[in-house]
Amino acid sequence: MNTAVLSVRGLRVEFPGLGYTVQAVRDCDLEVGAGEVLGLVGESGCGKSVTALACLGLVPAPGHASGSIKLCGHEVIGNTERALGELRGGTAAMIFQNPNAALNPFFTVGHQLTHPIRLHRGLRRAAARAAAVEALQAVRLSDPELALDRYPHQLSGGQLQRVMIAMAIASRPRLLIADEPTTALDVTVQAQIIVLLRELAASTGLTVLFITHDLGVVATLCDRVAVMYAGTVVEQGPVGAVIGSPAHPYTGKLLGAVPKIGQGRGELASIPGQVPNLAAPPSGCAFHPRCERASSSCEQQRPAPHAVEGPHLAACHHPLAPTAAAAGAR
Amino acid sequence: METLLQVRGLSKRYRTRHGLVRAVDEVSFELEAGRTLAVVGESGCGKSTLALALLRLVTPDAGSVVFEGVDFGAIGEARRHRMRRHLSVVFQNPYSSLNPKMRVRDIVGEPLRTVGLRGPALYEKVAEHLAEVGLGREYLKRYPHEFSGGQRQRIAIARAIALEPRLLILDEPTAALDVSVQAQVLNLLRDLQRRKGLGYLFISHNLAVVESMADEVLVMYLGRAVEIGTVREIFRAPLHPYTRALLDSVPSTDPALRDRLRPLSGEVPSPLNLPPGCAFAPRCPYARDDCVAARPALEARGSERRVACFHPFTEETLQ
Repeated sequence: MNTAVLSVRGLRVEFPGLGYTVQAVRDCDLEVGAGEVLGLVGESGCGKSVTALACLGLVPAPGHASGSIKLCGHEVIGNTERALGELRGGTAAMIFQNPNAALNPFFTVGHQLTHPIRLHRGLRRAAARAAAVEALQAVRLSDPELALDRYPHQLSGGQLQRVMIAMAIASRPRLLIADEPTTALDVTVQAQIIVLLRELAASTGLTVLFITHDLGVVATLCDRVAVMYAGTVVEQGPVGAVIGSPAHPYTGKLLGAVPKIGQGRGELASIPGQVPNLAAPPSGCAFHPRCERASSSCEQQRPAPHAVEGPHLAACHHPLAPTAAAAGAR
Repeated sequence: METLLQVRGLSKRYRTRHGLVRAVDEVSFELEAGRTLAVVGESGCGKSTLALALLRLVTPDAGSVVFEGVDFGAIGEARRHRMRRHLSVVFQNPYSSLNPKMRVRDIVGEPLRTVGLRGPALYEKVAEHLAEVGLGREYLKRYPHEFSGGQRQRIAIARAIALEPRLLILDEPTAALDVSVQAQVLNLLRDLQRRKGLGYLFISHNLAVVESMADEVLVMYLGRAVEIGTVREIFRAPLHPYTRALLDSVPSTDPALRDRLRPLSGEVPSPLNLPPGCAFAPRCPYARDDCVAARPALEARGSERRVACFHPFTEETLQ
């Protein structure tokens, strides 16, 4: 993991509104190494999806991104549409939560799948169709030839998500950005997709930025995890370290709030209060109003990320001690 | 314990252009007061139709629903309407279940109006119910858009308990919420149950949530009950291969257990014109010839469990 496929530095995304500006992403730093699966986890409104869109220069107007995003060495922010067009799909591809909304209902799967292949790989019609079949075989869709002539409504949610993954990997991108691709699926199908992505990452060396709110999916799929809160990454590191011994109180609380199989019946730890309004984010550490460890320094000064142990980073003035944190998460 | 709800052979069929859909097919269960029965299964397994049929928001084709000793099918619409105040429902999406044009006091006050409350007494009662779900009276005049998802679900719960029901049907009440807020709402529901002795029919696809909330669980597949029993027993030792597959599909939050994830092959088939055998047979790794030929009935295995399978797991084969 010496070369970063994606490197995000000091990313800020703002959405100006009437009388207030929503700071959706506030100084986000991220790095995804080649062949790595990074989980970006957080609750709704924490800025994880906007960060993903910014990586492809897709922040919707009137949003404005600043900072630096490098995709395989190419700067995304401020680059021309023409250059971005080549990065999108070719260098980095994206899949979304709802495959039904991402596919055009008026065209066959084959039509939609071969289009990007012809565009990015310069293949002729017949060769593109063969490549599409190959991509559908790679995502283990049964009867790929048959599926190509189907319209999206004729396939199930799980099949459509496979088609989306096939479409994304068919143009052989370096990076796959997956925005909650399993959230709309049933658990059994979600498990299939997790195993599929795991195999693709292992066999083709695909780099994945996986956005989710589900810590179970992160623990099962990802190598590293970055936890986002109120537009910024509060903790990141190897999955085992972050989940086994969280350093940021938010990560600890989040882990405690997830019901786990085998835990039995009983009260769940909840986080008091709610996610802050990003039009007026709290001063200092954004988590301080909900944190029982907060002191006056948390209110005044925004903590910078510092190493907890090796590659495990946390942005907290009063991080959890390793042993206490591990106990608190259970 | 008194039996609150007794359901026998409940069925709902839909005739479509393409064939017959047995959305709910001969489902039977009982629920005691103060206890929680969870209904789990994948989308399209009939769990929501089951809830609608219980409330008679759709008319069942067969079977009986006996609530506190009264058979819903045998009484007239007027009496059923009066009985209905004892059953209430909370839906999945608090963004669509609350009327955006109504103030909180009118949303929660609406059921109270139907029993004749008006004026200051009405708003006093509304404030009381809001307090029960942890919302202050300063919210009375607000509109739904001023609230977060968790708060909206609290408002929906306040409305559901406004007429002091005995049974609450919770249709995926936390599926649209974030985990930290989900925990708050689940804790609130558990607390309300303890204080009021409510019976819960808890519909969910999240098995971890089910384990933390329910006493008993009913596993459905394509409209049929395939396994029913106590949460403790079923989560410890699932006997139906489908229940086992569901449990094996839940990703663990422990990275050391990531290889335990064992996905089931295939997907839920079309509910149209199901074959005569066990509906799960095409996906079942343990299916044999007899599974395709005939449909297994729900049979007792041990004192607290019923399973619809010709070749269920036993304590030994589970190991």
